[in-house]
Amino acid sequence: MAKKCTLDAQGVYYRQLNEQIREAVRDGAVEIELDNVRGQRYIGNSVEAPVHFTIHGVPGQDLGMFMRGATIRVEGNAQDGVGNTMDDGEIQINGMSGDVLGYAMRGGRILVKQDVGYRVGIHMKSYMEKQPVIVAGGKAGDFLGEYMAGGAIILLGMDSTMDKKAPITGRSLGTGMHGGIIYIRGDVPEYQLGPGLQLESINEEDEAFIRSHVADWAKAFGKSVDEVMEGKFKKVTPFSHRPYGNMYVGTN
Amino acid sequence: MKAPNDFWHFDKDISGCGVFGVIDKKKKLIPGTMPIDAMATMHDRGNGLGGGFAAYGIYPEHADLYAFHLMCDDQAGLDRAEEIIKQYFDIKISEPIPTRKVQAIKESPLMWRFFLSPKEDRPKWQDVGEDDYVVNIVMHINNRVPGAFVFSSGKNMGAFKGVGFPEDIADFFRLDEYSGYMWTGHNRFPTNTPGWWGGAHPFTLLDWAIVHNGEISSYGINRRYLCQHDYECNMMTDTEVVAYLLDLLIRKHGLSHEMACKVFAPPFWDEIERMPKDEREAYEALRMVYGPAMLNGPFAILVTDSNGMMGLNDRVKLRPLVIGEKDDMVFMSSEESSIREVCRELDRVWAPKAGEPVIVKLED
Repeated sequence: MAKKCTLDAQGVYYRQLNEQIREAVRDGAVEIELDNVRGQRYIGNSVEAPVHFTIHGVPGQDLGMFMRGATIRVEGNAQDGVGNTMDDGEIQINGMSGDVLGYAMRGGRILVKQDVGYRVGIHMKSYMEKQPVIVAGGKAGDFLGEYMAGGAIILLGMDSTMDKKAPITGRSLGTGMHGGIIYIRGDVPEYQLGPGLQLESINEEDEAFIRSHVADWAKAFGKSVDEVMEGKFKKVTPFSHRPYGNMYVGTN
Repeated sequence: MKAPNDFWHFDKDISGCGVFGVIDKKKKLIPGTMPIDAMATMHDRGNGLGGGFAAYGIYPEHADLYAFHLMCDDQAGLDRAEEIIKQYFDIKISEPIPTRKVQAIKESPLMWRFFLSPKEDRPKWQDVGEDDYVVNIVMHINNRVPGAFVFSSGKNMGAFKGVGFPEDIADFFRLDEYSGYMWTGHNRFPTNTPGWWGGAHPFTLLDWAIVHNGEISSYGINRRYLCQHDYECNMMTDTEVVAYLLDLLIRKHGLSHEMACKVFAPPFWDEIERMPKDEREAYEALRMVYGPAMLNGPFAILVTDSNGMMGLNDRVKLRPLVIGEKDDMVFMSSEESSIREVCRELDRVWAPKAGEPVIVKLED
């Protein structure tokens, strides 16, 4: 098996396609190109080798779920559930993505050129060197970073398919978050924030962190990092490590 | 019940329903193969317990007649229904709905269609409009005639549905032989209610058809509200209420499509409070008057009638919906991949906001 292989997904059922991918990975492929992908689910699931995938088309649900260390580049849009509980590696989407991107993500990075859907980055978490990051160049739907426990979301609101008047984020931003950080470029009305949260100014450390990830985002999609950094960023952080500690049982 | 020791070997695909719709605004005909191929791409969103299609513009030679599609337990059921239909309509054509034997579909009800015009001299309901007259007869057959259901009753349109994957149902009904200017399709993954032939989507009444991914948690209150307005639910599937609510709100009460959507998926009260006075009062009135018509629970629905197609999500977007545009055609689907399957290059792709309808009207 050559180190590089191309698989044609035209008319191939998702199970067979994933079997072919697994076989290629077992045989030592380091670059896998998938053509004519239309809706096949679970691509890149649980791959633990440092393989690089290039996907032409629209991959199906749960792209890169449980992935540990591989990289995926999608030349097109992605659907729902990208990077579900992803552990390590990187996913780049040269387009927009559907809902629940980065659900319970625990490591690695997802870069999206344009919009992301609803419930992005919910339940993201981090531990020691595992620090997941999502960078999205467009706008997001409601519940961004809901129940977030760690990691970082950077939302730029710049390259969007949505109406100019559409808000950068939606309702219930960061509701119930008790770890991690959400950076947003542009204005967000306070009422969109989850209960108890507020928008804060960023400091130098934040700026350096944002710049380091935005630089890679800009490189991935042919954008200017300086243009992005000209904008004004705000951040949302949890107001407490245990925001609902007293919700059911009072402890004081 | 105890899980077997090797429960992790269970080969279960996790799913939700799938919906797809396509409309040509200039009424150019779209072959049935397009919605069939698109639905087949989303095969795994269903589990074989329900599939169906609604097609508009398929009966141009009988465009001024009501096309009734019936599913019946047996010939006796059909005879009983025909007896009723004969009293109220002049039957212009009576024929079996063309089907073919399909390996995946083991048994099916008796499928029949009538092309009808209402009797000049009505035996009953002389004072109501023609639409209401037809609705009354559909309700009468579906609730009072054992073993027979009218599952399609519009003009120049038809619903085709049953127990099976959508591509198998399409094969069974020979939908590849039809062409229409607007189609919707549905792949069912029944959750709360039985997978039976009448319970498959689309649900229709007159020229309304609806396909739905999600569940209507407010079914109970919606159903009671409809009952007060003489709509009786009998299909044992929550989605049925949406078809009747559309008929009530838009056709009978004269609400616009946009307003009906704001009844189904109203803004939250905190959003209403932030609105300018006029808008706020309008939304308050809608929520107060039509509270029992609000749809609670997750949904992505596609609604069609003879004017066009409308897509709507619940107000927190608990189900996916993607819109694709190409020249005069607009696609609405649970998954972009299904749109790309039948139209590789699109002018625009976007995801509508929660609770904000996408309405595409036919040009005349």
